[in-house]
Amino acid sequence: MSALISLVIAEHDNQFLKAATLNAVAAALQCSPEVDILVAGNGTDAVAQAASQITGVRKVIQVESLALANQLAEPLAAQILSIAKNYSHILAPATANGKNVLPRVAATLDVAQLSDVTKVVSADTFERPIYAGNAIATVQSGDSIKVITVRTTGFDPVAATGGSAAIEKQSGDAAVSNASSSSFVGRELTKSDRPELTAAKIIVSGGRGLGSGEKYQEVVVPLADALGAALGASRAAVDAGYVPNDYQVGQTGKIVAPQLYVAVGISGAIQHLAGMKDSKVIVAINKDPEAPIFSVADYGLVADLFTAVPELTKALS
Amino acid sequence: MKILVAVKRVVDYNVKVRVKSDNSGVDIANVKMSMNPFDEIAVEEAVRLKEAGIVTEIIVVSAGATQCQETLRTALAIGADRAILVESDADLQPLAVAKILKALTDKEQAQMVILGKQAIDDDSNQTGQMLAALLDIPQATFASKVVIADGKATVTREVDGGLETIALTLPAVITTDLRLNEPRYVTLPNIMKAKKKTLEIVKPDELGVDIAPRLKTIKVEEPPKRSAGVMVADIAALVEKLKNEAKVI
Repeated sequence: MSALISLVIAEHDNQFLKAATLNAVAAALQCSPEVDILVAGNGTDAVAQAASQITGVRKVIQVESLALANQLAEPLAAQILSIAKNYSHILAPATANGKNVLPRVAATLDVAQLSDVTKVVSADTFERPIYAGNAIATVQSGDSIKVITVRTTGFDPVAATGGSAAIEKQSGDAAVSNASSSSFVGRELTKSDRPELTAAKIIVSGGRGLGSGEKYQEVVVPLADALGAALGASRAAVDAGYVPNDYQVGQTGKIVAPQLYVAVGISGAIQHLAGMKDSKVIVAINKDPEAPIFSVADYGLVADLFTAVPELTKALS
Repeated sequence: MKILVAVKRVVDYNVKVRVKSDNSGVDIANVKMSMNPFDEIAVEEAVRLKEAGIVTEIIVVSAGATQCQETLRTALAIGADRAILVESDADLQPLAVAKILKALTDKEQAQMVILGKQAIDDDSNQTGQMLAALLDIPQATFASKVVIADGKATVTREVDGGLETIALTLPAVITTDLRLNEPRYVTLPNIMKAKKKTLEIVKPDELGVDIAPRLKTIKVEEPPKRSAGVMVADIAALVEKLKNEAKVI
């Protein structure tokens, strides 16, 4: 491999291209001048169309197969591997899907993976956070193919329109022949009309200080409504069952960097701070003046959240 | 059914690490070390599967320095049957650990491997997936529920939009998420019992595994600090700041 060409694995649900793909393309364009996108799924014409319009994309490779419908790791990895040797870099956003499939690709290629890359220093050198973001490592890969998951908050997305890449259809045979060992059973997705947590401009997050799921609904949700915000939570609130798992912001949950992050009743364990400390503006409301969340907050208010938050909601409505 | 559980010795999750002044890494001298929390969940799950009569033997494995024996003893105290330490002072990266675990899974003929979804030190989230690839068997990452029946593992996974359930043909690799279980407290009698269990020490060479690191760490730095914020007196002051100073609403 002499020429530098990147392959980005599109994040999608067969109907829509997810915005995280745009951040991964931005990272890819810093690795190589040419970037292709793989849209692997079933019934993905709209996704492939959307991918072809992304600024900076050379070619969209569309692979249609029932075996790819649910993005299972085994068939998807096999499909990526069938074209991997054409590329110097293989990237995916560091979403649940990207994290699931790319290490499988890397190990089969006998190369290392660079996880959660936040900065491309050069084509073989990258920055990535370690220890819950308490340190930033600069690492260099000597492998022939660099397999990378991209922390989306580290890269401004490229424009979703303006491009006109060709769409090339390829066979899904590689996926089909690797589709027998696992099967899809079902999915319970949280239904919401709100912006997606990782793409939201404003996030309101609740923690253990709320005391119950009912209080989360009574106090946090109306504030999020008033701000048009996505809903988040600390691990403590998720573990206590106040909200579903996909609300969790933190080292092992979602990493977010909105324009405004409002932390309500969250003490601020380092694992939570790891997931939100790159937000542009952080507001913390907590009754404990010693809470570590105040160390990262731009605006802190020591107050009883059960009176302060409704007051804030009212002031904004 | 034999099950292999992999555990890593890491800086305790309550410790805020410091970057060394020469930027060569983080300072872990005299810092409290513990079992990676996700791996503790993996050990607990294996023990529950044994208590349910599904698993017959739990082999716990760690790769790293000689002090990893302490971590293995903890796993034995939770309920693992025997332990293997693959001893090495080298920088063991996820691909190397996956190769070590592959060699041991083959040797032990384990039907299932459970390990944490990520280690809280390097935050890589790779080893389980890499192991599944090297063994060419299916994987279920980020597990919040595991049911084993009829040669299959039915696993509920924590994914971005909520939960997803998949079924895997065994043998398979499962990586644990936070809500799979709550590990038990280790009791003194079990700590005493654990001291008598077998702990075998092998070298990577004996497994015929190439553990050479692929990634070179150029430097490690402190993240950029957030500039200190201000405390506001009341909601009116907060709204005023957000509107006129931060201009985010």
